[in-house]
Amino acid sequence: MRIDLITSLFSAFSEPWWKIFYDFSILTRGVDEWLRNLMTPFWTVVIEMVIIGVVFLLLYAVIGLFLVYAERKVCAFLQNRLGPNRIGPYGIFQTIADLVKLLFKELIAIKNADRFLFNLAPYIVIIVNFMVISALPFGKGLHAIDFNIGIFYILAVSSMGIIGVLLAGWSSNNKYSLIGAMRSGAQIVSYELSIALSLITIVILAGTMQLSEIIEAQRSGWFIFKGHFSALIAFVIYLIAGTAETNRGPFDMAEAESELTAGYHTEYSGIKFAFFYLAEYINMFVVAAIASTMFLGGWMPFHVAGWEGFNNVMDYIPPFVWFFGKTFMVIWIIMLFKWTFPRLRIDQLLTLEWKYLLPINLVNVLIMAFLVLKGWHF
Amino acid sequence: MEENIKEIVVGEQEDYVINMGPQHPSTHGVLRLVVTLKGEIVKNVEPHIGYIHRGIEKMCESITYPQIIHLTDRMDYLSASINNESVCLAVEKALEVDIPDRIKVIRTIFSELTRIQSHQLFWASYGMDMGGQTCFFYGLRDRERILDIFEETTGGRMLISYNCPGGLMYDIHPNFQKRVKDFIKYFRKVLPEYDAILTGNVIFTSRTKGIGHLSLEDAISYGVTGPSGRASGFSCDVRKHEPYSAYDRVKFNEVLYTEGDTFHRYLARIEEMRESMNIIEQLIDNIPEGPYAVKMKPIIKLPEGEYFQRVETSRGELDTFVISDGNKNPYRIKFRTPCFVNLGVLNHITRDFKIADLIAIAGSLDLVIPDIDR
Amino acid sequence: MDKEKLAEIVKSLIPGAEIKQGKNYVEVSVGNADLFSAAMILRDNPETLFDFLISISGTDYASDMGLVYHLESTKFRHMIVLKTRTSGRDNPVIDSVCGLWKSAEFLEREIYDLLGIKFNNHPDLRRLFLDSSWGFPLRKDYVDDINIVSK
Repeated sequence: MRIDLITSLFSAFSEPWWKIFYDFSILTRGVDEWLRNLMTPFWTVVIEMVIIGVVFLLLYAVIGLFLVYAERKVCAFLQNRLGPNRIGPYGIFQTIADLVKLLFKELIAIKNADRFLFNLAPYIVIIVNFMVISALPFGKGLHAIDFNIGIFYILAVSSMGIIGVLLAGWSSNNKYSLIGAMRSGAQIVSYELSIALSLITIVILAGTMQLSEIIEAQRSGWFIFKGHFSALIAFVIYLIAGTAETNRGPFDMAEAESELTAGYHTEYSGIKFAFFYLAEYINMFVVAAIASTMFLGGWMPFHVAGWEGFNNVMDYIPPFVWFFGKTFMVIWIIMLFKWTFPRLRIDQLLTLEWKYLLPINLVNVLIMAFLVLKGWHF
Repeated sequence: MEENIKEIVVGEQEDYVINMGPQHPSTHGVLRLVVTLKGEIVKNVEPHIGYIHRGIEKMCESITYPQIIHLTDRMDYLSASINNESVCLAVEKALEVDIPDRIKVIRTIFSELTRIQSHQLFWASYGMDMGGQTCFFYGLRDRERILDIFEETTGGRMLISYNCPGGLMYDIHPNFQKRVKDFIKYFRKVLPEYDAILTGNVIFTSRTKGIGHLSLEDAISYGVTGPSGRASGFSCDVRKHEPYSAYDRVKFNEVLYTEGDTFHRYLARIEEMRESMNIIEQLIDNIPEGPYAVKMKPIIKLPEGEYFQRVETSRGELDTFVISDGNKNPYRIKFRTPCFVNLGVLNHITRDFKIADLIAIAGSLDLVIPDIDR
Repeated sequence: MDKEKLAEIVKSLIPGAEIKQGKNYVEVSVGNADLFSAAMILRDNPETLFDFLISISGTDYASDMGLVYHLESTKFRHMIVLKTRTSGRDNPVIDSVCGLWKSAEFLEREIYDLLGIKFNNHPDLRRLFLDSSWGFPLRKDYVDDINIVSK
């Protein structure tokens, strides 16, 4: 009976197993068909949702831990240090050890804090994070949900994370936290504009908001190359605004260590602190992933129109490798920002947004619309 | 502390009062600043000090002069060697001891090395205050080299207690000259990196230029000495005006600016490192032969009277004022420490700037808390 | 300007002062009532212009308290030592020089904290390092019960 089940699972694949690296929908379709043969459609959906949930939980943890490790190594590299090197080869298990430590740490209850909001805040941040990464296309067919308004959904949801930050700052009953949260609020609300406008530039070029179609449109070349200088400007603005959106240096006003000790999460400890900490890194991943999807072609390999041989060679590298490669390259750039530049001041930060980035962006959107109208893009 | 508490509670309703310190990442010690804010704008800064007040002046009244040397190390721990020198010079002045050239030259070299390492640490921690954490490691990397030189000769790294009344504790290590020359060669190459990381950075300059302006009149009136005062155009370098040790035989420029803002206080320190290297280069090859210490009486008793000695530490003017009643320990010893006086100007120059500027301004004064509290 | 000439000028400016040639500096002693006026003359007179107050040191003598002001002129680069004594040591009061040099604010607070000398017209005379329950540690009759350090 059991052997039957497994063979029936394999028989659901109509193609060789290694093809799933290139098109993940083979696996998902196969599993779906297999489950549908076994049980009612209702239970199929339930089980599929559970599987996806577990996979995302794991992915979330793995990406978060890896990014923490990567950041420590990158910063050590820039600072002439070794970085973590004790636990495991090259210290790769350091972050896991840190996580275990954080799990076992005491959750300190703050006197006079708003207990309910204080406990709620980290969950809001985490939930928002999950909602965002569920809409990201990780590879061909490796896509939990493909909205027709994908990028709009991501923008809408990701800006909700600020509610968690504000709640954390407010409910901690700590003046530093409150200042940090307020700074963060002003910052994210402002930079949300720049992010949205620079992405709209690309949406105009692509003509759709569905992420899978945006990627498909980049088959003949990534938008950063196709979209003329306008896409390049949008990319630079997106990088700046994205760094600010994730509260990372040089825009880390919210937790400016030398001014506000730790900003909005000063009073958090143990696993609740770990939530904020992980969410921050996942945010960075999300920003980088959107950058790579919108500007650098997502999982689409590097194609040059007309060079068939070259394109075929590029196609041999699996899509998810392309996606993660591009994303980590963008993350690397964002990390370089943090470890080379000093911090801006809050008024300079807002000046940069409202006086420079926003007007440039608006003009840029117009130019892009004009380019698309005239068909002058590549 | 009842008075202090009252001070905080009283205040306007809309004032937002925060305590910066005693434990805070950028007060570099246990300085507590009670900051009154309006939004992000600083309205008043009230320094509350004394968290590491050890009563060094009182302790000095019950110990002998050679013992005092070791307490002065603990005032401004970053210019420990210069603090030692101040007491030694005061004692030697009182006893009218003639100090051989060798000792003077070695003392000067040590003072200047101390000045360089102090400014390196300033640069490192200032970069961190401004949010650029990479600076910290670059600064400490280079500072280690000076500390290694200290360690080789004196056995100590920070609090070296190398000077003693009448000369030095021990002779210099045979490698000393070579290593100092190596360091100067290395550091001349590295110093442009410092400029590349911070001085030339757009974010850094836009955060420091025009911030925390201190006029020349105020600098003199508040008695702000050292690089902080010289950035305002206050010519207050004791090495120039009342040369001690071997400063009268070396050529160097007093780093003077007229702008008096945070950026120029920072720049003055960077330039001083260059001047210090010039001084060392002039002296390192010309250390005269001779004894490293003058034979002093086993128990040093200062004749009755008052003795005043000024030296230039890396933060400003340190004065040792000794009142002796003819005993082996001073009747009263007063240290006029630079950081204590410089702290007085903080409220004046931070008013109406932002919290982030407060950090930048306080950092640019380069306060060392044990030097304030004593 | 050499010391003799400076001493002459100061003698003509402050008639009541007792002027002594110290080892390195000219020393001027004035009564505690004349301190502020003497300091103001030294600061404002165009021939002396002592605009930089280097330090104020207080000392407890057995009968009274002594205050020593070290002044420097940033224009002429000469130094002078201004001395005064309080009347008695039970409740010593002296005029503040905060109005002349702003650095005096902290220096005088320190002296009030450690020696208990009160300064008239000081804008913010509170204790600086120590708690209000402490005595005045730099006084010679101060007894520290916890850390017994004696000669």
